Amino acid sequence: MIKLTVNGESREYAGEADMPLLWYLRDELGLTGAKFGCGKGLCGSCTVHLGGQAIRSCSVTMDRLDGASITTIEGLGEGKDHPVQIAWRHANVPQCGFCQSGQIMQAAALLEQVQLPTDQEIDDAMSGVICRCGTYQRIREAIKAAAEDLI
Amino acid sequence: MKNIRQMNRRDFLKTGGVFTLGVSLYGCGRKATPLEVKPVPPVPWTADVYVSFDAEGVVHIISHRSEMGQGIRTGLPAVLADEMEADWKQVVVDQATGDAKYGNQNTDGSWSVRGFMQRMREAGATVRLMLEQSAAKQWGVDVSECKAVLHTVVHEPSGQVLAYRDLVAVASELPVPGADQITLKTPDQFRYIGQDLKIVDMHDMTHGTAVYGADIRVPGMKFAVIARPPVVFGRVKSFDGEKALAVPGVLQIIEMPPLEPPAMFKPAGGVAVVAENSWAALKARDLLEITWDNGPNADYDSNAYREALLEQVRQAGESRRNQGDIDTALEEAASTLEAEYYAPHLAHVPMEPPAAVASVTESLCEIWAPSQDPQSLIEMAASITGLKAEQIRVNVTLLGGAFGRKSKGDFVNEAVFLSKQVGAPVMVQWSREDDVRHDYYHSVSAQQLTAGLDSDGKVTAWRHRLAYPTIMSLFDASLKQPQAMELSLGALNMPYDIPNVRLETGEIEARVRIGWLRSVCNIFQSFAINSFTDEIAEARGLDPRENLLDLLGPDRVLDFSAFGYELTEGYPFETGRLRNVIEYASKSAEWGRELPAGHGLGIAAQYSFLSYVAAVVEVAVDDDGSWRVPRIDVAIDCGQFVNPDRVKAQQEGAAIFALSLAREGAITAENGRIQQSNFHDFPVLRISQAPVTRVVLVESKAPPAGVGEPGVPPITPALVNALYAVTGKRFRDLPLGAKLEL
Repeated sequence: MIKLTVNGESREYAGEADMPLLWYLRDELGLTGAKFGCGKGLCGSCTVHLGGQAIRSCSVTMDRLDGASITTIEGLGEGKDHPVQIAWRHANVPQCGFCQSGQIMQAAALLEQVQLPTDQEIDDAMSGVICRCGTYQRIREAIKAAAEDLI
Repeated sequence: MKNIRQMNRRDFLKTGGVFTLGVSLYGCGRKATPLEVKPVPPVPWTADVYVSFDAEGVVHIISHRSEMGQGIRTGLPAVLADEMEADWKQVVVDQATGDAKYGNQNTDGSWSVRGFMQRMREAGATVRLMLEQSAAKQWGVDVSECKAVLHTVVHEPSGQVLAYRDLVAVASELPVPGADQITLKTPDQFRYIGQDLKIVDMHDMTHGTAVYGADIRVPGMKFAVIARPPVVFGRVKSFDGEKALAVPGVLQIIEMPPLEPPAMFKPAGGVAVVAENSWAALKARDLLEITWDNGPNADYDSNAYREALLEQVRQAGESRRNQGDIDTALEEAASTLEAEYYAPHLAHVPMEPPAAVASVTESLCEIWAPSQDPQSLIEMAASITGLKAEQIRVNVTLLGGAFGRKSKGDFVNEAVFLSKQVGAPVMVQWSREDDVRHDYYHSVSAQQLTAGLDSDGKVTAWRHRLAYPTIMSLFDASLKQPQAMELSLGALNMPYDIPNVRLETGEIEARVRIGWLRSVCNIFQSFAINSFTDEIAEARGLDPRENLLDLLGPDRVLDFSAFGYELTEGYPFETGRLRNVIEYASKSAEWGRELPAGHGLGIAAQYSFLSYVAAVVEVAVDDDGSWRVPRIDVAIDCGQFVNPDRVKAQQEGAAIFALSLAREGAITAENGRIQQSNFHDFPVLRISQAPVTRVVLVESKAPPAGVGEPGVPPITPALVNALYAVTGKRFRDLPLGAKLEL
């Protein structure tokens, strides 16, 4: 039995040990904010937080998550809008929106670690999350705005 | 499903559904009410199929076009809301089901606004007039004294005001005014059209609550993945599913019907695993033991195919456009230049891999799908299920990117087939590997361009030879020539003012499923034409921008209908507008500006989807051949536009899209098998490689034209022209690779 916390709620999992977290979130908990984009940790659409760190939920299996605390986009900001979400809205970032949960979770984790990231730090941190619509310049803009709001 | 509401609940319009409203009309102490206050019985209102009110006075506007990032769920409803003087804060956008009553729903070809703006305006103006008439009737005044203002009607002489909510019941009983009675707004009266509007899906898209194909959850739903034949038109010879069935959660192994030509949008065949969850299905699929008959494409080799294409363009082909006397002009030219261009197959790779849910019972087939063309799914579902068209219901989710991929309903038809077999709702989920290996690929192409110059350096001859497998082979496998609709995407309508022009096409058989990808044949036709233009500039000793403007010639209207080009009424090809965007883009880019060492600028322009776009790309090349694009300046004249922020966003995105393909986009095949599978070997641009794109949106009084696609075609040629400016080397083979050979 694996015990973990998802968005502040205690959960128990007794299924297949090698099931990636992504499928547990989507198929078992119905938390569909994290997306299946590549299944190989290449695109970042499935990004969630594990103890505050951004991880690719398609590539972390359930057997490694006993005692883990997971936050998904549905739990970000704990009921309020996270500054990154507000900045995203102001910069009109999303186009199709599919990758944006992953982008937002990655950006929120970055700002936990770096107060005022430089362009290079933003590019480095965000490079794992692909946006096929090409919203990148607005993502940079939004992260900078969110960083300033957070201070 | 909370953000995907359906039309049927309230479609009181056109189809004559029942409109119910329990609101008392008067009772707020207003004076001079000419009608008795009484409960209003449900009445049918047939004003329009796209708009309805709920009991709170909230306006529900139908988006019958699919949202895939272009912002259409905001754009067209805003047009209707504007004309009906609705308060945008009191508007809810509902997604249409696939239904012919909405008109064409095929969301491709960058024509949603062009095709439906007028229709939406008329719908809005009709509803506005009926609400004004309703108020006039209630006040007992002439309608000319009543004016709709932001979800209310004002009686101007007395200053009385009635909210839309209190006008709906009476309005619904009025005869629908004819087109001759309504008055459209003048542009100075627009409230939303031409203004930046936040997309209606903003909250859901930033909170994980937006619903895409794979986010649908239906009670009792099973999860399926399919092992498809590795070669197109291959089939299952035999299979053993025992190991797969042993995986916990796996329910059934089902053989899919084999794919027979023409491919159309039929399921691709193979063996399906149906399970209680996605993971079980994915894991079990790897354990299937399948022996394939690889079929007629088992020898498809993209290297050999490339040589066959090049051979086609090195000889005379079928003439598709002929002006003047090209042979004599080339013979008599003081000098000639010639170049060959090659571009490979490309995959769409939308961030959301194909996924769809179907629930088939004896009397109903209900589909939930990220489809660009929901109506197209009905016929196929009917043929798979044996149900009648009216028993097929298609719900359209948001599309997590599409770029043409989700016009093709093969993945939906798989879900329909499996749901019928299983007797339960089934989701078919494609993995990224499935998506890359079983796409409808953008066509591979070879082109040869030859120009003749006279002794003054004037270009007297232009010969363009092309060969590529046609999209129409999807529907008729015997077709081997590019079709007029494909050549019309840049080649048939090449605009230069050159006296002798010929376009020739070669023959080649399609060996994979060919599909349309954002901006379609413009991608390679614009690449070759605009690259060759730059080569001509060099031969003439002219600045590339000056050369481009010179070739374009005097401002005039072009007509290529003699060569099979289909004219769009009201949209003449005006070369002055192309010149204009070239001037805007080069001004924005400060063309000729001083650049750091290793940096260069390139320019290109393309008319596509009735819009005019020019781009200046700045490239930076390191000594080791690695390169990046720090900045792009784009100018677009798309005629009248609705939501300028979304028009700009589309150009920013189009630039990234084009750079992705130019950099490392290539689908290759060996023994009929596609060699790429995921983002490691079919890479797309990441943020660290992304430029800043500055967009000049040209104010225009012309009617609305395309926005989603036209930003793509000029980027790649402008890029290779910029690379030439830095390196002195021509890059005529795509993709360029992350590192150039210098």
